[in-house]
Amino acid sequence: MAQANARGENTRLTQTRTEPASLLIRELVAHLREHRVELREEWVRRVTEARLLTALSESESMTNSAIIYDQYVDALEAGSRDAVHEFARTLATGVIAQEVETDKALGIILLMGDVSRRSLRTKYQSNVSLMNRILDAFDEATNRVSIAVAVGFVEQRERTIREQQEVLQELSTPVLQVRDRLLILPISGVIDPLRARRITEHILRAIRSTRAKVIVIDITGVAAMDTGVANHLVQTVEASRLLGASVIVTGLSPEIAQTLVRIGVDLTKMNTVGDLQGGIEQAERYLGYSVVMTTELQMEANAR
Amino acid sequence: MEVPILKQGSYLIATIQTALNDSDLLELRDSLVAKVGVNRSRAVIIDVSALDIMDSFSCRTLSDVAQMIRLRGAETIIVGIQPEVAFSMVELGLTLEGIPTALDLEEGLEYLDRNRKNAWREIGSAGR
Repeated sequence: MAQANARGENTRLTQTRTEPASLLIRELVAHLREHRVELREEWVRRVTEARLLTALSESESMTNSAIIYDQYVDALEAGSRDAVHEFARTLATGVIAQEVETDKALGIILLMGDVSRRSLRTKYQSNVSLMNRILDAFDEATNRVSIAVAVGFVEQRERTIREQQEVLQELSTPVLQVRDRLLILPISGVIDPLRARRITEHILRAIRSTRAKVIVIDITGVAAMDTGVANHLVQTVEASRLLGASVIVTGLSPEIAQTLVRIGVDLTKMNTVGDLQGGIEQAERYLGYSVVMTTELQMEANAR
Repeated sequence: MEVPILKQGSYLIATIQTALNDSDLLELRDSLVAKVGVNRSRAVIIDVSALDIMDSFSCRTLSDVAQMIRLRGAETIIVGIQPEVAFSMVELGLTLEGIPTALDLEEGLEYLDRNRKNAWREIGSAGR
């Protein structure tokens, strides 16, 4: 690690000719390393004071703080994009990220900068111009780290959200074949434009692969519907027709029926039936199926 | 690129094989409208399964073809629209109103055969 850092610094020295800046960085990093125990304790004290890290016990935060502090100083020293990003990634995927919210995690990192800055200021207060140069170099480096951490956290959250959305998408729109050429598609939960679009694509692909003639979409489990979603439903019906299949929509709740009429969506193209059973029965009639009760059950029904 | 038009019994089958430009489409329209009279065909099947895009011009031309062929005493069915194409068509509001559609050529033939008995009545009830 130390070797790698030394090599990174050498190349930077020769390549960019920012010798003063990197010397300053080296100087302040040495200072931060030298006083690592007291600075770290100061930092943890202030984090606790600000109630930024309530979820972890004291010993946990001490252990974590040691690791984070060292990585922070390493990232400051290396200054390269990769090192900074590596640090941000470890933070965003580590234990801290799971216990605290993004704003608090950022607060923790900003506090770290503040603690270091104060300590540097105390050390160099006898030489104001050197102090200014050191602090300038420090601010630049620490800003880079803070930005990378913020971006890292946001990216991590977005990744999590995306993964969960994908899982939900997969789970939430099963297309089921109940008879030859008859599909049912129960939809439940909230439909947003993205999901509505996915559902439509799903249906169209299913029509193609199963050669379905009728699709029953059951929306009993849908709590609410707005203009956008209703129009999407109409689009689904029209697109299915272009593939030669008819759509029957079942299970419109009284509330949804009222909303749809009130917002004035054109539903003349939509074929609706009260419940899923009715929808399947109508689809069967259309496809020429007739379901006949077997004698035993018929007798039972008659007996009742 | 000329679109081949095959005669199959009392049906005409036009299979579009590559993307067509506007003049190709108009040519297809003219030859379909002419041939439907020459062959005394009862129905025209237009297979668009090779198209991966349908713009407003092609939709309008297909609608026109269907109307003209209805006036010439036959019916038109469009078959083989791809799922993605169907989706983008409805997003653009191009829904081929009033023209029957089917999944593929086989389905289209089946649809026409099923309607054979009452085909004359359907055409008679103008515009359905």
